[in-house]
Amino acid sequence: MSQYLILIYEDESGYANASQDVWKEILEGHNAFGEKNADAIAGGNALQPTSTATTLRSDGAGGFSVTDGPFVETKEALGGYYLIEAADLDEAISIAKQVPARFGGLEVRPIMVFS
Amino acid sequence: MRATLDSNEAAAAVADAHRREWGFVLSSTVRVTRDLDIAEECVQDAYAQALTTWRERGVPAKPGAWLTTVARRRALDLLRRDSVLRRALPLLIEDEAEPEVQPGDDFPDERLRLICTCCHPALGQEAQIALTLRLLCGLSTAEVARAFLVSEPTMAARLTRAKKKIATARIPYRVPSAAELPERLDAVLGVVHLLFTTGHTAPAGTDLVRLDLVERSLDLARMLYALVPESSDVAGLLALILVTDARRATRVSDSGQLLRLADQDRSQWDASAITEGTALVRRALRTRPPGRYALQAAIAAVHAEAPTWDATDWDEIVALYDVLTMIWPSPVVALNRAAAVGFARGPAAGIAELDALGDEPQLAGYGYLPAARAEFLHRLGRVDEARLAYQEALLLTENEVERQFLADRLAALEL
Repeated sequence: MSQYLILIYEDESGYANASQDVWKEILEGHNAFGEKNADAIAGGNALQPTSTATTLRSDGAGGFSVTDGPFVETKEALGGYYLIEAADLDEAISIAKQVPARFGGLEVRPIMVFS
Repeated sequence: MRATLDSNEAAAAVADAHRREWGFVLSSTVRVTRDLDIAEECVQDAYAQALTTWRERGVPAKPGAWLTTVARRRALDLLRRDSVLRRALPLLIEDEAEPEVQPGDDFPDERLRLICTCCHPALGQEAQIALTLRLLCGLSTAEVARAFLVSEPTMAARLTRAKKKIATARIPYRVPSAAELPERLDAVLGVVHLLFTTGHTAPAGTDLVRLDLVERSLDLARMLYALVPESSDVAGLLALILVTDARRATRVSDSGQLLRLADQDRSQWDASAITEGTALVRRALRTRPPGRYALQAAIAAVHAEAPTWDATDWDEIVALYDVLTMIWPSPVVALNRAAAVGFARGPAAGIAELDALGDEPQLAGYGYLPAARAEFLHRLGRVDEARLAYQEALLLTENEVERQFLADRLAALEL
């Protein structure tokens, strides 16, 4: 088995403008995903929107500049993740396909193993 | 087995086995090594050994099985000797824990595993094509680089990156499940089709046809048809390649000029390829709804079966394009359909259809659109507009043979 991180990238305005019903649907979707894949899921979280993000950039001289906002400004921002266990990429993809992400999509990345 | 060969005969036999058996031998050796690079090395060694052994003892009855036995034995030796190497490798993922090592020379055909891994959707299409040429067809990195018109180091880096992704992201070495197979096969067929179209009319350069690519695509389509004969998409693609490539000898004149379908010597078309292809088309069209390759092959077959250009059944071709547009709504298909309408119902109707595609962003920069308009405008005697359209087409065309054709058509306007 291997671990993969499923990164959820979506347009934040989708959530900002979503009705209560849509929110409910999405939360139920995540609950259903969690129950169905309980054995595979090793962790996961939703993130607050990028307006709450703080970015630290190395100044190359041992210090950091601290600024407001996400590290990269993109239309679709990282909004949450699941850490999962899967036998191979095909299995990881089939799990990722079940993650609710109607305002964007998902990225699947293998976790690096240090031996 | 036949007794000793001279070195030319042995080299020819090995070259032939390279062309026919590389994918079979490699795919089977990967089952032992579970590492693509080591498998490639072992297969390379097996071919090198064949060169001497076959000269001394003749060509074995089953060259593929002989090569597989040698390559797998070499792989087992290598891995046994170097267990450290074994442990350090991120092994390819398979469904069985241990590959079966059978006595004798009856190896199962593992090429479907290999091509599904090479054409996994998690790899970019350029990488898919490069891996397929390298691993299934056995092209050297230099040859693959030439096929893509890129430098050898660039191609070597691309292949390394792709193999690294297969290992670290754990793309499995496995035939997809029955549920997944159609979608995965679609990606495989896309690679083979792209290989064929790139070879059939090279996007740039001095030759119209890149024969090496066309022949590899035909080999791959035949291989897939042998592996998955029940798929009508596979049958359709094989038919499309056969029937289209049957015209190869007549597409360029002796002096290197492009000959249109109307001007080709139909008696020189490859009749056996057309017969084989049309039989496959009929089979493939029985599936409902018919697939895109089957429909494209059917269109090519209507041309192939017309004894002369004037006898072409354009209504049938338009009808086939109508169905194709429904299942495969691509701008290029719409363009071909518009041209067919022009031949079926007259140049004015053709221009009306072509003009309706003028706003299609995917066709902006596509030289065949102004070239088709120019032809119909020319037929209608609208010379000034035809001149502009030919000039536009010339600006958008990079294949030298096609450019010369357009320049000649432009010159003919002034006569």
